Amino acid sequence: MYRYDDFDERLVTERVAEFRDQVKRRLAGELTEDEFKPLRLMNGVYLQLHAYMLRIAIPYGTLSSQQLRMLAHVARKYDKGYGHFTTRQNIQFHWIKLEELPDAMADLASVKMHGMQTSGNCIRNITTDQWAAVARSEVEDPRVWGEILRQWSTLHPEFSFLPRKFKIAITAANHDRAAIKVHDVGLRLHRNEDGEAGFEVLVGGGLGRTAFIGKTIKPFLPKRHLLSYLEAVMRVYNQFGRRDNIYKARIKILVHELGAEAFAKEVEAEWEKLKDSALALDDTSIAEIARRFIYPEYDASPGDDQSELNATLAANPKFETWYKNSVARHRVAGYEIVTISLKPEGKTPGDATAEQMNAIADLADRYSFGEIRVGHEQNLCLPNVRQRDLFELWRGLDEIGVATPNVNLISDIIACPGLDYCSLANARSIPVAQEITRRFRDLDRARGLGRLHINISGCINACGHHHVGHIGILGVEKNGEEFYQITLGGRADEKAELGELIGPAVPYGDVVDVVEDIVETYLELRANPKEIFLETVSRVGIEPFKERVYAAR
Amino acid sequence: MTAPQQQKLKVKGPVVITANRLRDGAVVYRTAENRWSTAIDDAAVATTAEQAKALLASAAGDGIAAVDPYVAPVELGPDRRVLPGNLRERIRVHGPTFELPGI
Amino acid sequence: MPLVKGGRIADDRFVRVLDDAPLPEGVPVLVPAARLLADAGDLRRHAAPVGVLWPNSQRVTELVPHLNWIALVVLEFPKFKDGRAYSQARQLREQYEFRGELRATGEVLRDQSLFLHRAGFNSFEVKKEADAAAFEEASRRYSVFYQPTGDGRTTALRARLARARSGAVQETDLPAFHSAAE
Repeated sequence: MYRYDDFDERLVTERVAEFRDQVKRRLAGELTEDEFKPLRLMNGVYLQLHAYMLRIAIPYGTLSSQQLRMLAHVARKYDKGYGHFTTRQNIQFHWIKLEELPDAMADLASVKMHGMQTSGNCIRNITTDQWAAVARSEVEDPRVWGEILRQWSTLHPEFSFLPRKFKIAITAANHDRAAIKVHDVGLRLHRNEDGEAGFEVLVGGGLGRTAFIGKTIKPFLPKRHLLSYLEAVMRVYNQFGRRDNIYKARIKILVHELGAEAFAKEVEAEWEKLKDSALALDDTSIAEIARRFIYPEYDASPGDDQSELNATLAANPKFETWYKNSVARHRVAGYEIVTISLKPEGKTPGDATAEQMNAIADLADRYSFGEIRVGHEQNLCLPNVRQRDLFELWRGLDEIGVATPNVNLISDIIACPGLDYCSLANARSIPVAQEITRRFRDLDRARGLGRLHINISGCINACGHHHVGHIGILGVEKNGEEFYQITLGGRADEKAELGELIGPAVPYGDVVDVVEDIVETYLELRANPKEIFLETVSRVGIEPFKERVYAAR
Repeated sequence: MTAPQQQKLKVKGPVVITANRLRDGAVVYRTAENRWSTAIDDAAVATTAEQAKALLASAAGDGIAAVDPYVAPVELGPDRRVLPGNLRERIRVHGPTFELPGI
Repeated sequence: MPLVKGGRIADDRFVRVLDDAPLPEGVPVLVPAARLLADAGDLRRHAAPVGVLWPNSQRVTELVPHLNWIALVVLEFPKFKDGRAYSQARQLREQYEFRGELRATGEVLRDQSLFLHRAGFNSFEVKKEADAAAFEEASRRYSVFYQPTGDGRTTALRARLARARSGAVQETDLPAFHSAAE
């Protein structure tokens, strides 16, 4: 948990004052929409189908209970009582009024929250592993670097008018939970042969119209060079990224067109001039940021917690089901990591009501040192729960409907807002997700299917990350009707791969049956129950699935 | 439903001009009196490209009240009802196609 | 377009000569990059300051050999969303140590005033009359700067380190976290 100081506070307050002035000038007609739009985007304000949407940054996915209560307050006061957690660890409110925005932003600023740079052609929220600092295999807390990057990129005078948006993700664990390989810049903190910690730097990953897996341009960058090197990357992109075509403007296109090697050379040439500049990070500077992170004072003696827990599990089958699904091992004995499923049957994936947010904030205070995490798969997480508190916590979560034991199962769907909300969409995604959760409501069946990630996007912008879903579903429009393309075999982790299209798009009414056909095929073909869907697809290819899906269609 | 602002102006049936109100983002429709109304029934209906262009031009000039006006298809119902003409416009009139969480 | 310089609206003494016409004598002139590169010899002999209009798509390395004698470099923002000139400005100031007048032209709006200043511009052909008067004031909207540029403003990091060294620590904290022994 990072402690903001008076500098951070002042900047956010000044930002609110600036935006208040800009809104005033817009409402008075002194700014045209063309002039105002980039300014509001840089504060996370979109105009969507029904209203303005406000996207609020949750830096590296970490929230305090106080901040979560403020989000509940914003939901109640300025919106329709709920919010939506996104695939970039942010939160969105869909029903905001422009004239009320400065007040909403002032409320958020009081807990050091804001929408700065959650949209626009600038560097966006730095995302990371939602298990940062508590995962068992980790070099060091990646959020410290997330904060260093956040400060460096906020109101950066040179990089606020890039060819297009820029997304950076960072991981420090063996298993990549931050999808760094499909980001504009991906950073993997690891140790080299000498035991020194540094970054592997990947560039040019991304989804959307032209999807790419990121390419490594620097296998090992010592930590102290992180900012100077990224400044070089950004400067090359700012100057040479395409600006003639909005669909070819991301860095992935530049890297593809130049070639990774030539791109890396440009960066090296620029970096030579920046290496020893004021951007070099000495130990004192790093420590200055790192010391502002608070870590829980863990109880060193967990005592009889494990055996007590075992007894409680044995006596409570429903609790045990949840425990086996939603709780993961913590690096500190006696503690566990709890995932809060925001994917109940029939509801919108990733949504939480103001009541739920308040309740979760209370539970976080009681059981998780007041800290909550947001994952890119649109679930929340309580990272520091004592084993002895798990049962009470579960009861509290169950009471507010966020204890569905479906984490990583077929009904744990990632979906963008789609045509029900978004003006860019071609088709709806939420009702498709809801229907799938209804069809697969039987949790025994879901458990029998094992780990299975479904990702749904309502348009090619791919905010649902469909390219990297085990099953990816992309909504398209044909003659005014909604159709959906299906891809199989995508994955977003350290072995990232793009899914393969299985055939022509199917109509809205067929999608859930198609998912059922795919799942039945998997059950028939899997080598054994331990072989997960992704592994079966990898082994047998998409042909058998394609045949089954299109046989009757 | 390609973003309507990018479409060329072809009028093959009744259309209206719609936009979002500047101050709160609410869905609004251009009326025959050159005002904006949140009720689709109040919308001026155009049946030719010339009519649509004229309405659009007048709407676009009113940048203080509404943002990004465009031409949207409608259907004419009984009793002079004006009904949204595609899924996107139905969603703009009725809201998301599922029950909202919250209050 | 009003010129803002030194915090106020100023007269532009440079005359733009955008074609091959002969240069007006004894008058500061502003020429396009192509002419500068082709006629550098003649231009150096001009008995008044010379400035160049440099496109945002051309590397500033080509301009570097002339930085020690030209008085003005004008960089362009064809649309304010086209931010290439911010990089050019920083390179000219920070890598090549250009000390002459660095001017922004094109769609120069007051909401980018601070960024322009921080990147190293010190004069501005502001697009809107109304913005000209407010331009300097707009650059003072923020008192906190996270990242270093060549503008000399103290970054938050440096200020924090200085404060830590001097022993004066004031912090506003989020609510204290519970210790485990409760």
